[in-house]
Amino acid sequence: MIGLYHPADSPLHRAPVGLKLAVLLGAMVVLFGVGGPVVVTVALVVTVVAYAVAKIPWRLGLAQLRPVLWVIGVAAGFHLFTSGPQHAAVVAGQLLVAVALAALLTLTTRVSAMLRVFETAARPFRPLGVDPARVALLLALTIRCVPLLINILGTVREARQARGVGRNPLALVTPAVVRALRTADELGEALAARGVDD
Amino acid sequence: MTQAEIAVDRVTHRYGDRTVLEEVTVRLTEHRVGVIGANGSGKSTFARLLNGLVLPSAGTVTVDGLDTRRDGKAVRRKVGFIFTDPDAQIVMPTVAEDIAFGMRRLKLPEEQVRQRVAELIARFGLSGLEDHPAHLLSGGQKQLLALAAVLAPEPDILVCDEPTTLLDLRNTRRFSALLETLEQRVVLVTHHLELLENFDRVLVFDEGRLIEDTKPAVAVATYRKLMT
Repeated sequence: MIGLYHPADSPLHRAPVGLKLAVLLGAMVVLFGVGGPVVVTVALVVTVVAYAVAKIPWRLGLAQLRPVLWVIGVAAGFHLFTSGPQHAAVVAGQLLVAVALAALLTLTTRVSAMLRVFETAARPFRPLGVDPARVALLLALTIRCVPLLINILGTVREARQARGVGRNPLALVTPAVVRALRTADELGEALAARGVDD
Repeated sequence: MTQAEIAVDRVTHRYGDRTVLEEVTVRLTEHRVGVIGANGSGKSTFARLLNGLVLPSAGTVTVDGLDTRRDGKAVRRKVGFIFTDPDAQIVMPTVAEDIAFGMRRLKLPEEQVRQRVAELIARFGLSGLEDHPAHLLSGGQKQLLALAAVLAPEPDILVCDEPTTLLDLRNTRRFSALLETLEQRVVLVTHHLELLENFDRVLVFDEGRLIEDTKPAVAVATYRKLMT
């Protein structure tokens, strides 16, 4: 969601977001509900084919998996000792396919299209006082704030190192929280300036 | 017919016990107005008064006859605001989405939104970056995006609060050149005095007071003298 979209002309890029979300949900149900070596193997093959159809460069595809490989490794390692190698391989395969398919959705879907789906999905809740536009804005701001917070943490960490403060967590958390709150204030001011509260 | 002017009438503003603007009265009708002053002189608060981000503790601010206190929504529709740090004003995750944000809030037809986004992206040199994550843009590109996004709903006036402070020389010049091409009236708060050379009028603030209101060369000379 944080800017993974990879522009290309493919059936997956052209497919409606709602359909892609439904297929992803269905795939997860089958993958984790039915499970088993055959299902996982088929799912792996289908996922690789889907990436090829979507014209996603293989390096970009692998990059989606890299951050979660350690989680998959830990889970597989745990199951290796508790349930045996076959079950460990199935669990690893399930997690791998799940992450790859979720990443494929974001690689082939513009953030704007995703936001509109969430806005549409929130419409039935309007009688309960839910503002669909606010829901979409909330989601957009959440996506927007992740890199902002990462940036703040990076800056504070550098400042801490430059001053030789060491590994004191308070020296990281306190200024990071202060800066995050200040950024939130500035973002709020920008939203007000752009008429969000009107 | 309402006169096209920004009228600041006997405005005083306080943050708690601290007075940041005192008895400021000024009428702005010019196309390009600069605002200069030392840090803490009240110029940013003055800028924020102009689109109702800050409401005066005393006095009134009207923009083309609209009172910022009473007609805040209409004032914000009329006055776009550019902040110093573009990171703090880009609210959507991607370039095209952020430019479209203001127009979608105005519920403009989607086709019109798309056309205007494409036009602004081309005009501001952001072509090919439509779906690019905003946080991965360079500082200069971010400020261009912020400008494009604020201009998208076509405000009549643009208030810029030190928009070039975080930019390098090339991007400062680029931003300034773009400002010059705008049809909108511009109020520019800046420390980059050379940007004000061709402005119609420059206000100098010092310790919350408007101490000079004149042509750029004279105003800049006053400011330099103040800083010695």
